[in-house]
This record gives sequence, structure tokens and C-alpha cells, in this order.
Amino acid sequence: MTVKPTTPAPTGAHVEVRPGAYADSVTLLQVSRSVQQVPGVAAAQVAMATPLNVEVLTGMGFAVPADATPNDMVVAIRLVDESDGPLAAALAAVDAALAQASRGPAETGAVAAPRTTGAALRGAPPGGVALVSVPGGSAFVEAMDALDAGFDVMVFSDNVPLEQEIHLKRTAAERGLLVMGPDCGTAVVGGLGLGFANAVAPGPVGLVAASGTGCQQLLALLDHAGVGVSSALGVGGRDLSEAVGGLSTREALRRLDQDPAVELIVLVSKPPAEQVADDIGEYAATLATPVVQALLGPGLPDLTAAAEQVLARLGRSVPSWPVAGTASPASSGRFLRGLFVGGTLCDEAMLVAGQAVGPIRSNIPLSPDLALGPDLHHDGHTMVDFGDDALTAGRAHPMIDPTLRLEHLARAAADPDTAVLLLDVVLGHGAEPDPAALLAPALLAPALREVRRPVVVSVVGTAADPQGRDRQVAALVEAGAEVHLSTAGAARRAVALLPTGGVA
Amino acid sequence: MTAHPTPSPSEVIASGADLLADAVAAQAVPVTRVDWRPPMPGTEADLATVAGDPRRRDANARAVEAVLGVTAHLVDVVPAADALDLQRGQFLHAGPPIAWERASGPMRGALMGGAALEGLVGDPEDAAALFEAGSGVSLEPCHHRGAVGPMAGVVTPSMWVFVLEDPATGRRTHCTLNEGLGKVLRYGAYSPEVLTRLRWMGEVLGPLLQAAVRSVRDAGGVLDITGILTQMLQMGDEAHNRNRAGTLMLLRDLAPAMVTSAGPAGLDPSDVAEAMRFVGGNDHFFLNLAMPACKLALDAARGIDGSTMVVAMARNGTDFGIQVAGTGDEWFTGPAQLADGLYLGSYGPDDANPDIGDSAITETAGIGGFAMATAPAIVRFVGGSVPDALATTRRMHEITLGENPRWTVPVLEFQGVPTGIDVTRVCRTGILPQINTGMAGKQAGVGQVGAGLVTPPAEIFPKALARLAELAGGR
Repeated sequence: MTVKPTTPAPTGAHVEVRPGAYADSVTLLQVSRSVQQVPGVAAAQVAMATPLNVEVLTGMGFAVPADATPNDMVVAIRLVDESDGPLAAALAAVDAALAQASRGPAETGAVAAPRTTGAALRGAPPGGVALVSVPGGSAFVEAMDALDAGFDVMVFSDNVPLEQEIHLKRTAAERGLLVMGPDCGTAVVGGLGLGFANAVAPGPVGLVAASGTGCQQLLALLDHAGVGVSSALGVGGRDLSEAVGGLSTREALRRLDQDPAVELIVLVSKPPAEQVADDIGEYAATLATPVVQALLGPGLPDLTAAAEQVLARLGRSVPSWPVAGTASPASSGRFLRGLFVGGTLCDEAMLVAGQAVGPIRSNIPLSPDLALGPDLHHDGHTMVDFGDDALTAGRAHPMIDPTLRLEHLARAAADPDTAVLLLDVVLGHGAEPDPAALLAPALLAPALREVRRPVVVSVVGTAADPQGRDRQVAALVEAGAEVHLSTAGAARRAVALLPTGGVA
Repeated sequence: MTAHPTPSPSEVIASGADLLADAVAAQAVPVTRVDWRPPMPGTEADLATVAGDPRRRDANARAVEAVLGVTAHLVDVVPAADALDLQRGQFLHAGPPIAWERASGPMRGALMGGAALEGLVGDPEDAAALFEAGSGVSLEPCHHRGAVGPMAGVVTPSMWVFVLEDPATGRRTHCTLNEGLGKVLRYGAYSPEVLTRLRWMGEVLGPLLQAAVRSVRDAGGVLDITGILTQMLQMGDEAHNRNRAGTLMLLRDLAPAMVTSAGPAGLDPSDVAEAMRFVGGNDHFFLNLAMPACKLALDAARGIDGSTMVVAMARNGTDFGIQVAGTGDEWFTGPAQLADGLYLGSYGPDDANPDIGDSAITETAGIGGFAMATAPAIVRFVGGSVPDALATTRRMHEITLGENPRWTVPVLEFQGVPTGIDVTRVCRTGILPQINTGMAGKQAGVGQVGAGLVTPPAEIFPKALARLAELAGGR
């Protein structure tokens, strides 16, 4: 490139015409900007010598040669003083900036992840499901995105306002869609586990569950009995309340009735509101597939008994529910201490044990007068659900983060009033990858070993669960625990191990 | 219904805990992870209310359909006095309503120049007193009269305007003729050269374009502005800061008629040559057709109750305002922001006026900054790169309701441009609309000082959302 001689100019001004050099105007604006930042440069402009630009340059006090054409590039620089150093640096900056501007192609960049469920679903083929576990206050909006796109949705989030749940479910009902949840911990949809779900073989049973861990207990027991489950559709703990009226339960029942693989539908829940129970019963009677209810409450069969009824309905034999290890009866202490991660499992244990030992205090008490204070301690039998909303605010569920329960386990173990410890371990997708790894050492703590407090654990899981159920059971037995598959069985056994033999 | 086994989901869309998405992935089912983040502060309850508005889904579907159904034809060029019933002393301006007291430098400069153009004052400098007194002059947004104006957007009765019409409905929108770059009225300049150019546009360019457009129209021809937009988006224009291809296509469509109709209109060949030189030499000439075409489309969605779609974004140099389909004519406003970009000559950030102009109607309709991916030639306005441009257009899809099948982006596999800004999605994601813009000098009379990128003030979206929630809840 030839460079025409510099035109005489005002003090400190350098004007250079580069014939035939071209860069687009935007590039040149950028080049000008970077040159303006060179120390010692008072003003700088690199531009094609169009009439407009020449006017701008003239306005800035630069004298542009009259023969410059719009096809020539003008480099105009004014220095703070007359020394040559800054000019060399400025011209070097011009060349560097021009070179940078014509650099080769950059990476085209990865596509950013969608920011809303709606954006993720745009153009998605039907047949998917949305899984929402954002904070409760925002779950409704994400779930509506799914319904708007014609997708079923599982709302794992808790703390979703009741009126939003009703709105979601009414909208879904109008569109023939299914809302699982809110606060739905477990679902198995056509074999795919969502949330906390056990690995089960396909089979003749379809579950509709208003209880996550209750559902998991049934999955585990049926799996042991060799009975597969086609789908387990969670509906959320409030679905069978009077306010919600079983909207999702109906749709789930309808779906399972349509599934030719399902021979028997099992509805797992606490006893529904009376009117809802009637309505659902009426609806169930219209279905081609028989529906049995596994309702959990005072005076009703426990989940293990319910599983046995299901097996009987299917004409299958009832196996003996496995127990590994043997705990010795308590030699000291007075009270039963239950520490649970599964709310329904805690409930069931209180119902089963309460018949023998009388009132049990809890943070999810069977009656309000049995509520535990915030320290979760009482001079009596206690059972704590560490998965309760109040104990998961700002922390992960105890199936994921065992810290809180381990703390309380150490405390209960050190309490001389503790006679028997009753625990649950829930396996499956989504749960801690190796719960025994932390729990077993805790059971070997001196406070437990020296006074030989018996520990009974129900391990709710299937052989195919990712944690390896048999390995988990073995590690807990090795640590001195007696391990049951049935939580009801574990609760009965814990009562029997009390010094008084369970007599309150 | 045929009975079939409950199928395993083909795909899971997971928002929230990664661990639950991991658990699905571990079962060999594809998972799309939503990068969910908390919504704009204070919007959670309103978002739920609006999401629960039973009218919303259908209203938004109708709004998108209405916008996409519009075709803009250039049917006439006439003085604003006739097209907009603009009387002497009436001034239209860009953006939401504003009074002289709060008007920015470039807005004042353009109004002063406009007053001189109309002969209300001899010297533009004398017009300030006129506007201060407010006697015999009135200000009104272009948007309130079916018009849009770039930058200051000042329209006076003698200025000629393009008339665009949707043939299906007969609805019309209008915009002045573009003056070019540099010292021009819309950037607040009002020097004698500015007024001289405007007078020439009124005496020669306007009448010539009128004669040409009418000649095409009367011969059964169609000047399909929407169609030109379709083509220019495939030719590197995003139709806000780059209108080069569109301008030349317009000239191609009009040139023969300009030649043949000049004589009957009382103009001579040198006028035609001057007009063609002016249009062809002004890369932004087509902007003033792109804008009313976008407004014509968006106006089709106005007044659809329950719709959360933005139908106008406009700035007056002081305030940035939006209007929403489901909230009538109400403006939701906040302070106009300074653009981030490059400056002409020795101008710098201290010289620039906050964001100004109705031209953000292009982004509202899915082009301009929203179609940045199709205009790599101008990505360096932001000190950006081609990947930035692709990312910008993709990001805008996060806050829009649909895609425009007519206006597509080749480099994104001909994906339609993101169309229909959704107030709720802006509030949910915190992603603000990206606008390409010119920068006016903040002193009246200076003109253009640069160009760059700008976003609306974030707070106007929660304001609009609150009103939508109020309307949804009050039903």
C-alpha cells in the first residue's frame, strides 16, 4: 500500500490518506475508538473519505487533501503534544485494529439453554412430560407452560398455593392432560421414574398415589413379590381433599384404565374427604379395570397388608417379607425413637406402633395434641419426619441430604432414655447414591454400641435400584441393624424390642 | 379411544433441581434442562395471576395470528395535513406523550425546526418561546394518529408521508420520508441546510413519489412493503440500522414510474435524477417504510383483551414507553436509556441523548435487533461478533410468543424471526428486548452522534404486568 505524503497540518495533527484501502464504516468507527484510547492521542478518526466524513474531519480541525476520494481511507490523528512516540503508537494501533477487524471467523457459539419451560417446549414433539421443581411460588407458571403446550406435567415443587393447584388441575381436566402433584415426590410413567422412584419391571399393576413414599413402599413390596408395575401416577397429597376434588386422581384412573397392560389399579392415599371418596368410588365403578384402594389411616390396613390384598386380587401368593440381621431387645432406655425421611412411612409407623405403645409425639402428629416442639424432643415416644416442609426449607430433602437426620440420630443415640431406634432408608432414582455410606458408621457410634440400643431399619427399594439394595442392606446389617423391607413390619419389630415388650 | 399401554415419555423437560434431571438422564431418556432463574423482583404473584387468566392463551394466539396476517402495501404519498388531519400548530412526535418542559434536546431541536418549516417562526431559535408559552401549538404522539416517526419523529402538516394499507382490512399507517444521515431534523438538527432539504422533499420528492406510487397503483401494480422486508432480511438488512437492500429494492420498484410520471406531475428529468440520487444514496430511506409496515402489523393485535403481547415500544428521548395488546391505549413508561455503541467523530457518551424514536416498532415486530443474526455486517456496532448476533436473535425467542414464517433468518436454518414480545416472559426471564438504534446529540441542533444497542428500562415490564394482573383479577 502506498501512503501519500502527510499534508501540512495544525500542530500535532497527522492526516494520512491510504488510497484503495477499504473497511466498512462500522469497523472504522471501532478502529477510531481504539486509537482514541492510545495515550497521548487527543483525537483520532479513521474513515473513508466520503463527503460526509470529510466534513466531520474538517469540523474536527483536520485538513483532508482535496484529492481524497470516497474510495480512500483517511487516518487522522491529533496528539496532545508534538513528540513522535505517541504517533507511532497510534499508527500501530490503527494497523492492529484494522487487522483485528478482519480476523477470521470466530466460533459460532453454543446455543444457550432455554430459560422457561415454554421456550423449551416450543416445537417439541408430543409425548414428552415436563418436570417442574422450581420454588413453589414459580411452579404454577412453569406448569401452565406445559399445559399450554399440551404436555402432562409433574410438579415436584412444594409450597404451591392451593388455588393455583386447583387452577392447574381444572385447566388440565379441560384439555385431557395430567398434572402430577404439586408436592409429588414420585411417579413412574410407562417405566420411567420421575422424582424419587424405584426401578420396577413392567407388569399388571397401575398405581395412583397421593403419597410419594407410600407409593414407593408398594413398589418395593410388589417388586419383591415378583409383580411389576406399569405406571405409578402421583397426584399430590391434596388431590383427594374436598377443595381439589380428586381432579388428577380421575385423570390418572382414566389413563390407567386405557392401558391394556394394567389389570388392577391401586389407589394409595390417606382417607379422602367423604364426598370425594364417593365421587371417586362412583367414577371407579364405571371403569373396565378394577380399582382397589390402599388407604392409610387409623383402623385401616397398613401398606404391607394392602400389598398382600393386591397380590390376592391378582391371584399371586404372598411371599414372606424379607428381614436381614437380628437386633437384640433393648436393655436400657424407655422410649421408641423414629427418624424418617418418608412422611407416609413415618405416618404408617406411628399408626402401627401407636396401637401398642400409645401416644407418639411427632412433627407430623396423628392428632394436633401430639405435636413436637421445634427442638423435636419429648420425654416419650417420638417419631420425626425429616422430609416435612418445615425441615426442608432452605435445604435439600433428607433423601438427598442426610445431614439433619444424622445429627438427630447422634442425639437420640446419646439419650439414655432412648430404648429402640427406628429408621427408614428410601432408595431409587433421585435419592442419595449411597445412603448406607454415612448411616452405617453412625450406627457404629460408641453411644449405640456400648449400650447396645437396637436399631431397626426399613429399606424401601427394589433390587434394580441404582443404589444396589442388597449392598445397602448388607452394610446396615454389618453395622448391627435389623433390616426390613416392610415398614409396618419394622415398626412392629421395634415395638417388640422395647424393654416393656411394647406395653405402654 | 384405542387402548394403548401408557408410553414412556419420549423426552422430559426439566426445570429446577438438576438432580432430578440427572435421574431421568440416567434412565436413558433425553432431558432438556431449563435454565430457570427467579423472575424480576416483585413479579411472582402477578405472573401467577396472569398465567391463570383463562383468556391468555387464546388471546395471545389470536394476537400473533393477527400480526402475522397483515400485509403492508404502499398505496400513496401525501402531505401529513391530508393523511393525518394535522392542523397548523399541531406537532406529532415519537414516543409516549411528553410536554415541552420535559422534552430532550433533540426533541426540542426537531420541534423548533418543524416550527420554522411551517412558518410559525422565521428563525428556529425563536420557536422555543412559542413552545414554552404553548399558545397555538400542541404536541401529540405519532402513535395516537396511526403514524410512527424515527428518532424525534416530528411530523408537521406540510411534511409528506408514506401511506401504508393492509388490503384485507383497509387499515392504514403512516410515516414521513427519510431525510438521510448526519445533520437532519429527526436527530434534532435545524440548521438552514436541514430546512432546505426538508423543503425540497416537500416540493420535489414528495410529489414525485406520489405520482410514481399512484402510477404503479393505477396500473394495477402492488408495492408490497412486507414482501420487500421478506427479501431484505435475506440480504443482510435487519431493517432498523441496516436498510440498504430494502432501499435499493424500493428504488427498483419505483424508478420506472418516477421517470414516466415526472412530466405529468410538473417535474423535470433533473428532479427525477436528484430524487433517485437522494433515495439511492440514503441507506436508511426504507426505514420509514419498514416502521409503518411493522406498526400496521402490530396494530392488528391492539385491544385483544387478555393478551400479554407488546404492540408498541417507543421513546421520546426522555421516556421509554410500551403499549400492550390487553391493556388498551395505556403507556407504561420509564426513563429512556443511553445506548451502548460507537460514536461519530470526536463525540462521546457525554454528548449522547437517551434513547429516542418510534423505530423500536421494528423490534416489536421481530426485526431490527431481534433479527440481528441476519445482519452480520452491522454486528460490530456493539463491539460484537457474529456469534453475538446469533445469540441475540436466539435470546429474543425466549421472550416472544411466536415466529414469523415470512420473515426468516437463513443462517439460523431459515427460522422465523422472534415475534410478539410477551410481557410475562420478559418478567420471568429478565431478558430485555434488544434494540438497534441511532444516537442523537443531547444538545438541540447537533444531529446524530453515533449508533449502538439499547434496551428498555426494565421496570416498565413489571408495570405492564401489574396492570394485566389487575385486569385478569378484576374479571
